[in-house]
Amino acid sequence: MTGDFTINGERKILSFEARTTLLRALRENGYTEIKEGCGEGECGACVVLLDGKLVNSCQVLAASAIGSEITTVRGIGDIHIPHPIQQAFVDAGAVQCGFCTPGMVVATYYLLQKNPSPTEKEILKSLDGNLCRCTGYVKIIDAVKLAAEGMEK
Amino acid sequence: MSDFNTVGKSVKKIDALSLAAGEKMFTDDFEIPDKEKLLHLAVLYSPYAYAKIKNIDIGEAEKMDGVIDVLYYGNVERVLHTTAGQGFPEPSPYDTVLFDKKVRFVGDRVALVAATSKKIAQEALKKIKVEYEILEPLFDIEKATSPDAPKIHDDDEYAVIPTKYDPEHNIAAEVEIKFGDIESGFAEADFVEEHTYRTQYAAHCTIEPHAAAAYFDAMGRLIIISSTQVPFHARRITARVLGINEGMIRVIKPRIGGGFGGKQEILVEPLVAMVAWRNKRPAKLVLSREEVFVSSRTRNPMRIRLKTGVKNNGTITAIEMDALMNTGAYGAHALTVLSNAGSKVLPLFNKIENLRFFGRSVYTNLPVGGAYRGYGATKGYFAFNQQIDIIARKVGQDVLEYIKKWHIKEGETSPIFEALGEGKEGVSQIIHSCKLTECIDRGAKAIGWYEKRGKHIRNGDWVKGVGVSVAMQGSGIPRVDMGSAYIKMNDDGSFNLHIGATDLGTGSDTILAQIAAETLQTPIEKFIVRSSDTDLTPFDVGAYASSTTYVSGNAVRKCAEKIREQIIEVAAKIMNADGDNLILENSAVKNLANGKVLPFEKIAKYSLYTQDQFQIQAGESFVGDESPPPFAAQFAEVDVDTRTGKIVVKKFVSAVDCGQPINPKLVEGQVEGAVLNGITYALCEEYLFDKNGRMTNDNFWDYKIFSTADMPKLITIVVNSFEETGPFGAKSVAEIGINGPMPAIANALFDAVGVRLFDAPFTPEKVLRALHKRSA
Ligand code: FES
Ligand code: FES
Repeated sequence: MTGDFTINGERKILSFEARTTLLRALRENGYTEIKEGCGEGECGACVVLLDGKLVNSCQVLAASAIGSEITTVRGIGDIHIPHPIQQAFVDAGAVQCGFCTPGMVVATYYLLQKNPSPTEKEILKSLDGNLCRCTGYVKIIDAVKLAAEGMEK
Repeated sequence: MSDFNTVGKSVKKIDALSLAAGEKMFTDDFEIPDKEKLLHLAVLYSPYAYAKIKNIDIGEAEKMDGVIDVLYYGNVERVLHTTAGQGFPEPSPYDTVLFDKKVRFVGDRVALVAATSKKIAQEALKKIKVEYEILEPLFDIEKATSPDAPKIHDDDEYAVIPTKYDPEHNIAAEVEIKFGDIESGFAEADFVEEHTYRTQYAAHCTIEPHAAAAYFDAMGRLIIISSTQVPFHARRITARVLGINEGMIRVIKPRIGGGFGGKQEILVEPLVAMVAWRNKRPAKLVLSREEVFVSSRTRNPMRIRLKTGVKNNGTITAIEMDALMNTGAYGAHALTVLSNAGSKVLPLFNKIENLRFFGRSVYTNLPVGGAYRGYGATKGYFAFNQQIDIIARKVGQDVLEYIKKWHIKEGETSPIFEALGEGKEGVSQIIHSCKLTECIDRGAKAIGWYEKRGKHIRNGDWVKGVGVSVAMQGSGIPRVDMGSAYIKMNDDGSFNLHIGATDLGTGSDTILAQIAAETLQTPIEKFIVRSSDTDLTPFDVGAYASSTTYVSGNAVRKCAEKIREQIIEVAAKIMNADGDNLILENSAVKNLANGKVLPFEKIAKYSLYTQDQFQIQAGESFVGDESPPPFAAQFAEVDVDTRTGKIVVKKFVSAVDCGQPINPKLVEGQVEGAVLNGITYALCEEYLFDKNGRMTNDNFWDYKIFSTADMPKLITIVVNSFEETGPFGAKSVAEIGINGPMPAIANALFDAVGVRLFDAPFTPEKVLRALHKRSA
């Protein structure tokens, strides 16, 4: 089947098989910045903003998201014009293997939109759904703080 | 030491921005050429722990629309190999084939379908009819060698290196070393401590699952893109399995989503390669999370019996370590993980004169062990550090002072370095750099040791305790691990740096460029780094055994030194100067005699276009004569809920001596990641099995690893030392941090509530049981 989506601000028609997850539909259409770590809603590598809400795209059927607005990490910034959050992840040393990073950046973007200066506790709580095995999270938390500071200015 | 320009600076990881921006960088992100022909693979795994396949009927599956190939033992040549991505010849037995007539654990491969879509491939699996003859499985390692135990390998399996391999008794590896006279050592002792420690099965949990794709280039060569830690070993072992030459295959490692040892195994590459080769079509396989848990490699469980003879003044008169390791159904890393439990642990207290290490790895019908960050050392240190805590308490000494007195020091050695290597004898070495005492002092201060130790600070049901653990690791396998580098200079004074080394997210591409930049006195931005491509980069064993900074780093340093010579040679000609007066400074050559400066760009252009033209270029290799160990002192502060048995780690301090850190932030990152992994390994990570040997918690809901919500406060202290044999004084650091959490937490638990757990992980049930037992 096919469906209409607005992805990172652009109208797109995606084709996918019925009962395909949003994650697979997006990846198969070239949006490989969305990662699959578990396919079961446990790791957060696949998070996107779906109509402004943070969701695990592996837990959403593509068909049910037709007509929605989707933001991935590439909609937040790119290598030419990185978003302050992406830059903060780089500067804080929060990117090791980088496989969790797109999800972390999207989750951070969501958090800072709602809460521009989160406390450490709020950061820990809001990134709870995103697993990282490389960093022990220390530098990721640093990155979120750094991004919050940077965006405030 | 601090007058470096690039080394010792927290330079930003060169790939970080691209990763944070979601560029296409991982195996499954790339568009495969000829993608209309791409075959998707699905694997059929054994539902039984041990069975003979009496019959397989693939007819129905083959007939399905879209199914292109079905592989099983009947149509794939039986080529014995090991999946362990180690040097050649591998110290692991050749006991594995792609598909066998026997299945040896739940998750062993039975068959594989290649189809035009993943869905069809998965559907087709259901159509394969397998008739099994279920055999009595072997789960208990203590029973593995008994004469009536089931034999797991009784065909043509063999060991490639001269070592004890006795599949008749399910012995995958065995090793023994002795010094002094262990019996008289124990006789001399005032008391003997003997305890049995057990560690559990655990998973690496790289967030990217194993993935590989294979396709043909225009010349008909097979290209494999793989999420591997060992591209060169992957090429060699895949070539063996396919029966073709290494030269026919190119392995490319793109960015990979974590390794931790789990991707040191050659598991998926032969499958995609075999399918591509048979069908002359591209093929791809990305494992699901469940497949990774059930069918890939694990941290092996180990049972360690540790016996120490001790004088009342604390002198250890004899130590005996008896390690029994469960290698699971196959012997990947069976010998080397095992040896490592002794070789990386026992030299730490090098003044013990009477010593025996005996290790045995046995086959069972459970998941296969393998390499996992920390290797055998993690298990050995679990036993060793609790034992030291027990001894220090018994002789009434502060454990920190006790360790400081007995640990190996600069200028000292241990006979174990020479006696116990990895699959062969080791190499004798003297410790040139060791700041363990300083690590202990600084770590103790950061945790508040003397304010908290033995104080049993209470808060309702919660009681506080602190514990310590110390460790050393290594920097590569001496006289085995080789790394190499190639550098050339470009028109504008930039450089291509080609290294076989494998960046797993550790940042090795960055720190190797830092080493080159420091040698050539030019900024790191001048380096275009390409790594881990068997066609384009020179050989490197890959990323394991904490080798990259030291081994590959030394190769880069040597290579850059050659480039420096050539630059000076050309500059001397242009400047009409005596080469002895020329030095490199700020991307230029400076004549100390007259202060004149010639930028690299001019030198490059001259060498390429002007006179006596040649390419400024060099290649170099390095193999270590020794393996200088990093050292660490790690401290846990825990709160124990005496009502529920729950342990909460409040704070964890790691003070680490890894020589001169090339990039302090990346060092911290390595330690922090290893520590959190170690903490969950201590508290909750564990494979659970049903009575048939099937893993029952093969997902992240049931196999818990910490998220931000569970975080203790992690503090990392980098204690600089200078390792004279390392590049700019550096040693390695990737693994050591994982060794401390389990024993430090166990010791902190005892400090808090006076119970010891010898079986990991330390679940609330176990803590509670121990508390009840004590009060009974
Ligand atoms: S892939 Fe969606 S949560 Fe893990
Ligand atoms: S950086 Fe590797 S999983 Fe987070």
